[in-house]
Amino acid sequence: MWYSMINLLEKLGDYTLYYLEQAGRIGLFLVACLWRMVTPPYQLFPALRQIQFIGARSFFVIFFTGGFTGMVLALQGYYTLRKFGSEGLLGSAVALSLIRELGPVLAALMVIGRAGSAMTAEIGIMRNSEQIDALECMAIDPCRYLMVPKFIAGIVSLPLLTMIFDMVGILGGYLVGVTMLGVNGGTYFQGMYSSVVWNDIEMGLVKSLVFGLLLVWIATAKGYFLHWERSGGFGAEGVSRTTTSAVVLASVTVLVWDYLISALML
Amino acid sequence: MPEQTTTRFAPARVAIELIDVHKSFGGQKVLNGVNLQVEEGTTTVIVGASGQGKSVVLKHMLGLLKPDSGQVRVLGDDIATAKARQLKSIRKDFGVLFQNVALFDSMTIYDNVALPLRERTDASEAEVRANVEAKLAMMDLRGVNDKYPAQLSGGMQKRVGLARALVLDPKIVFFDEPTTGLDVLKSNEIYRLFHDTQAALGYTAVIVSHDVPKIFKLSDRVALLAEGVIQSSISPEEFQRSENPLIRYFVETTMGPIYSGEKEEPAPL
Repeated sequence: MWYSMINLLEKLGDYTLYYLEQAGRIGLFLVACLWRMVTPPYQLFPALRQIQFIGARSFFVIFFTGGFTGMVLALQGYYTLRKFGSEGLLGSAVALSLIRELGPVLAALMVIGRAGSAMTAEIGIMRNSEQIDALECMAIDPCRYLMVPKFIAGIVSLPLLTMIFDMVGILGGYLVGVTMLGVNGGTYFQGMYSSVVWNDIEMGLVKSLVFGLLLVWIATAKGYFLHWERSGGFGAEGVSRTTTSAVVLASVTVLVWDYLISALML
Repeated sequence: MPEQTTTRFAPARVAIELIDVHKSFGGQKVLNGVNLQVEEGTTTVIVGASGQGKSVVLKHMLGLLKPDSGQVRVLGDDIATAKARQLKSIRKDFGVLFQNVALFDSMTIYDNVALPLRERTDASEAEVRANVEAKLAMMDLRGVNDKYPAQLSGGMQKRVGLARALVLDPKIVFFDEPTTGLDVLKSNEIYRLFHDTQAALGYTAVIVSHDVPKIFKLSDRVALLAEGVIQSSISPEEFQRSENPLIRYFVETTMGPIYSGEKEEPAPL
């Protein structure tokens, strides 16, 4: 009886210590990366390459998800609004939900799936095969060399991708609402024009900036600290498990922060 | 002829000094007061059974692990307490050949070897090219510039790793099991390249190796790590004659017969 109690306490303490340590490590990692982002030597060319990978190459994913999200919003919105005879609000309903919520969140989730997982796996494999140790021994700072370009790319790309998502979504909504369901085109855009204010756009931008930072932070930190993983970050399985947990953690974190930012800014 | 116990280069300054280094992992004591001196310009080989912590000693010298207590002095500075900037400047004099080579697998061979030059010096691209080509030629590597590490054989990867380790003309070069996984011909090739480059560049070498007794030919000092302590740092000849029971056990188990009643080795031609 006593033995199992003590055992339980021991486990609890062990877990607590581990997660506190991990939180400290990941926190310091973020500070180190942000500091290196604003101090020379700057990683301009590598950052451009990462923007191409995280940003430009995500274009089609964002284009299609954005388009279909807008289309389904218009479809659902139309049948709901028709019950109240207010189909004229369709444009503003689509635009507001996209700009405030769905644009930043879905763009972030798509980028997590596409680029976040790739980042964790890439850095995790580099950690496992001693490539990160090799960098350190060559006096090349892994944070500056590997992470900073990814952080810059995340912060630059996500707002841009979100804007594309919003725009394509609004056009998708137009396609369904106006072309297929017969809502008046002028009403669609007029409703949008009169209801979307700068505050909404600002909220979307803030969200996409924060999500861009969060997703790169979680993806890179998970890979970088692969060897500290509690479940053991060894070998191919360790990398795959860590990548999965990075994607899950990043997605959940994005949704939690989405709520927090909405609550703060509304 | 008197037995050679002195080093090739005399008189020597101390390049690396470990003083009473202790290290545990999760309650398991791995290093239990390690003391070791490596003199400049010499070759020190760290031997020992698997799992005794040879790589742990090496990682302490590289500053990748911090000791629980004790000092690790590299070229006069305590690497264990060095701040990030100081650590960086100490490591500028390092070259490392990792056990699994640790080449950057998404870069070409040329870019791998050029990376330290590009990131740490202000050399122009022409100077980088000249230096990289020279180091690759030194390793008898030609026509591999645009290949990727996975496209090369194990022996070639090791040679690329050595070229990368030497590209900045380091003062100290660390070798973690440089010939593991290579056949006899390939490992002899690595040893020859090591010998030639050390003669040319005059670096201090620390080698962790299993390849007893062949590695003795290249070493000035042999250090046996057993029971968490460096048992010796003596010349290979002294090592093989030592009365220390742990050293004798190591020598007998690695160089003696494999089973009782074994055939005698064929006489050399």
